[in-house]
Amino acid sequence: MALLDLRQRTGWLFMAVTVGHILLISAQVNTRRGVPLLEAVTFGAFAEVQRVATSAIGSVRDGWTNYFALQEIRRENVELRDEVAKLRVGLQQEQALSQQTRTLQQLLDLRSSIKLSTMAAAVIAGGASPEFRTITIDKGTGDGIATDMAVISPVGVVGRIVLPTSRAAKVQLLIDRDAAAGALIERSRAQGVLVGTGTERLRLDHVPGTADVKVGDRVVTSGIEGIYPKGFAIGQIESFERRAGEFAAVMIRPAVEFSNLEVVLVVVTAPADAGGRAKKTETAPSKATGAP
Amino acid sequence: MRAAGVLIAIALALALQTTLARFVVGGTAAIDLVLVAVVYIALTSGPVSGMLSGSVAGLIQDSLSSGLLGIGGLAKATVGFIVGFLGQQFIVTAALPRLVIFVGATVGHQALFMGIYVLLQQRTFPSPWKAVATQALGNAIVGMIAFAVVESFPGMMERRRAGRRSRH
Repeated sequence: MALLDLRQRTGWLFMAVTVGHILLISAQVNTRRGVPLLEAVTFGAFAEVQRVATSAIGSVRDGWTNYFALQEIRRENVELRDEVAKLRVGLQQEQALSQQTRTLQQLLDLRSSIKLSTMAAAVIAGGASPEFRTITIDKGTGDGIATDMAVISPVGVVGRIVLPTSRAAKVQLLIDRDAAAGALIERSRAQGVLVGTGTERLRLDHVPGTADVKVGDRVVTSGIEGIYPKGFAIGQIESFERRAGEFAAVMIRPAVEFSNLEVVLVVVTAPADAGGRAKKTETAPSKATGAP
Repeated sequence: MRAAGVLIAIALALALQTTLARFVVGGTAAIDLVLVAVVYIALTSGPVSGMLSGSVAGLIQDSLSSGLLGIGGLAKATVGFIVGFLGQQFIVTAALPRLVIFVGATVGHQALFMGIYVLLQQRTFPSPWKAVATQALGNAIVGMIAFAVVESFPGMMERRRAGRRSRH
């Protein structure tokens, strides 16, 4: 009976577990075309746990907000009224500018207008591993979500869908080490490839040495990879180095505060369908915008 | 009964990691609560429990992340086994040895995790030293707190019971 007791044979058990993991890893490295079934099933099941956990935490937060923070809201209300008044003035100015821009755009016929269809989704969980920058949202294939759809927020680009299940989806954030996107500097129109660094900063690679780059320049999506719609805010240039005439380490502070995401918008119309010029590239799901 | 406790600990660590950790540390999660749970289980239950819990927890964590399935599992299973083995060979009930174990386990886990990715040419980790050191420190602090809380619980209950008895 002792022969059958695996606890007496820890060395063999350790060997078996190690070999099992190596086989599992090898299988994926060789056939990394689709999403592994185990990954999809585990993610789908745990997304439900995350949904319950998030809703429990949300209830506690709502309770706090509703019952204990009313005084704060009153003060905030006064401030917001002032802000609305200022914004109304600003809006009138913006409308005038917008009208001028529309007229010029029509005259120059620079590009057809892009109408993006978006779907709001709540963030129900953060990444399970500190090594990967992902979030889980409460919309899945049942709501029309598919792999490689862009995820944005009112302030800028968030990331892309990497694993949709029926009721939830995993979003790879732009700051993940494996994430990348076509980007351009709005002022000088210099193009580059934006890559995640795994930290709260982004890096713009392959910027031509002759490009006009300044700290504070706004960086937007170029739409060249066919995932993110063109012209959406990514962030601002924080610092850069120039080595032997080439740009190196152009660091970008993202427009989106990735740790405070609560609701995001999924772009359900692919940029190509919406009138963009980019074509969708066919690559492996988690490496579609993989870093070069 | 112990297996159920281990599974609950892993589930709790995963739930906390995915829901709370991102708020606490501002997006760049410097703590791996799942690893803390695995090290705790390994120290309290031995190498087999450490390895199996590491394997299961790592696999779940892998499937919830966007990386290769199995790398986190292998790294955590190995760390769980080694920590469990060390826990049986040496006395690690004092604070300092536990701190060293948590720091060592985090560094070992990160070395394995990053090493396998680099070996398979799936990811690069330019200058990860600061991130590893921060995580080692964060995990050690959380682990020490976890041990202190769990170990003070029976004594606290006993004191409450004694207090009630003396009142009657």
